[in-house]
Amino acid sequence: MHQPHAEPRPSIYYRYQVFDAWLPSQHPKQQRHTVVIAGAGPIGLVAALELARHGVKSVVLESERQVCEGSRAMVFTRRSMEILQQVGVADRVTATGLPWRFGNSFYRGQRVFRMEAPHDPDDRFFPMINLQQQFLEEYLVEAAQASALIELRWGNRVNAVEQGERTARVEVDTPDGPYTLETDWLVAADGARSAIRTLMGLKLEGASYEGRFVIADIRIDLPLPTERLAFFDPDWNPGNTILMHREPHGIWRVDYQLPANETPEQALAPESMKARIDAQLAMIGHAGVPWEMDWSSVYSARTLTLPDYQQGRVLFTGDAAHLLPIFGVRGANTGFQDAQALAWRLALVVRGVSPEPLLASYSTERVAAAREIIDEAGKSTRFMTPPTRGFRLLRDAVLSLSLSQPFVGPLYHWRTSRPHEYSHSALNSPGDDNALFKAGPSHGAPPQNVRLNADDHLLDHLDHGFALLYVTDAPAMPEDLMAVVNSCRAQGLPLRVLAITGQQPGAVQAVTGADDTLADASGQLRQRYGLHSAGSAYLLRPDQHVCARWMTLDATRLRAALNQAAGLNARATTQGACT
Amino acid sequence: MNHPTPALSIAGLEQVYDALATAIDQAGADQSERFLVKLALLAARQLGDEALFGELISIALEDL
Repeated sequence: MHQPHAEPRPSIYYRYQVFDAWLPSQHPKQQRHTVVIAGAGPIGLVAALELARHGVKSVVLESERQVCEGSRAMVFTRRSMEILQQVGVADRVTATGLPWRFGNSFYRGQRVFRMEAPHDPDDRFFPMINLQQQFLEEYLVEAAQASALIELRWGNRVNAVEQGERTARVEVDTPDGPYTLETDWLVAADGARSAIRTLMGLKLEGASYEGRFVIADIRIDLPLPTERLAFFDPDWNPGNTILMHREPHGIWRVDYQLPANETPEQALAPESMKARIDAQLAMIGHAGVPWEMDWSSVYSARTLTLPDYQQGRVLFTGDAAHLLPIFGVRGANTGFQDAQALAWRLALVVRGVSPEPLLASYSTERVAAAREIIDEAGKSTRFMTPPTRGFRLLRDAVLSLSLSQPFVGPLYHWRTSRPHEYSHSALNSPGDDNALFKAGPSHGAPPQNVRLNADDHLLDHLDHGFALLYVTDAPAMPEDLMAVVNSCRAQGLPLRVLAITGQQPGAVQAVTGADDTLADASGQLRQRYGLHSAGSAYLLRPDQHVCARWMTLDATRLRAALNQAAGLNARATTQGACT
Repeated sequence: MNHPTPALSIAGLEQVYDALATAIDQAGADQSERFLVKLALLAARQLGDEALFGELISIALEDL
């Protein structure tokens, strides 16, 4: 019998709420489900919320009865905020988080590199924002509870998974015993130690690094701005690296590398942690400032991924699919992109709009993204915690050179998480004008936000569906394009038409046929997207990535692009495709 | 190597030889490796050609 903790977890700044376990004895005999999501962490909940925007129901199974222990993932990127905006929690993160864009690396008391993440005036969100994961999970849980399409089952642990031809059978353990449910699709969002991955005997591919780090969250009053601090080879911890991040509620994250051969138990002993944190505070000139411990843990860097995120009826996302090093904030930030990439495809398949092979493109795109991230993350990890004598010699030579030779500074850069571009995705339109564009996001790229007016940005105007951005100075959308749009909608494809005009904001004459008319008087939107004449257009997928763009759009090419992106072009006849 | 090699006179080569030996001794047994890696990185920057540097690495690895 599964007995999750019934007492609130201890914390000096976060008040845990323990939710009632969902008990099978109190519910009718199990019905069959369409989508079951294992894991109510940030990735599972974003997937559930995205599915709900498409009108797709899901059951979310969470082993615990409360949100996560400790701050865990606490740096969220701009792209993550753009995704969280879509599921309705970005405002709450903005209200409580600490935005930042500078990082500093120190060696022998000297700042040897300063990272400045660009902040485009067209962007709504900062490059990074710090917020403890408990708060993000709380906001997502509340959003899920507010949805009639999401059933959250606390205290439900996956015990066994059995794949059938068209379904997965899941045995779930609860505080009043096990039950079995059947589902068309099982989304594994059950984290780094994914039970589903283990139960299915799946092997991650890649490398593990030996360097171990302690994460400690302490409450302390330090007069320092919200910037990342990295200290290399300090006197108190020779050869090793220390990181510091400011968190909301007076908390600082201190990460420090352990001497080789020290066990996690030794490292987490209170007296050891006290001595080391005191030494670190002394080194940065704040010796003796009182502090209090909230939470601590030990981790090591790993760059691992499953080679395929679809295993029959089971779809892997987030840490269940891949393990990425903490340096460069790649864990949760990669997972949000997985959830967003999966949800729209799964929704179209579940709703019978697209055929099942569309899901294969989820795995192809996201495994490629993980491998690209692993390649970049490997570079920063080899610098942070050199795996061999050769890498250590080079790293130490760079530390030494950096005191007088700024040219090596960029080697300190973390290559912070950035969204993958699906440049070679099978969903990109082969017959568009992608190659002719001189500006703007290209095939497979995420969108560039554009500020249209005060508190009004391009991405605010997108919804859960495809988006056609169409430049026009006419009072109405062309009839032949609208015929394609309406045919797609009749097939069940969600598609929003946004007319881009040169009108002044405040006095906008709506373009007939468009769902939304954007006033781009300054021309900024058209310039950034390389849209120079009436009739030019972009098509964004539901996850906002570009799948087609045209210098002059016509009905034939719009139809082809939509069928390509929704996986409908393989259909032999026009039945089930856009016409 | 297919690249045109900048000339280093015999006197110049002898000067490099002595200077490097003296500097390795000056760095000491503990730090001479770090010193040599720093020197290699500085030389690579001056060379401005990662492919050529790769060839030099291959040559230096021969006949150890």
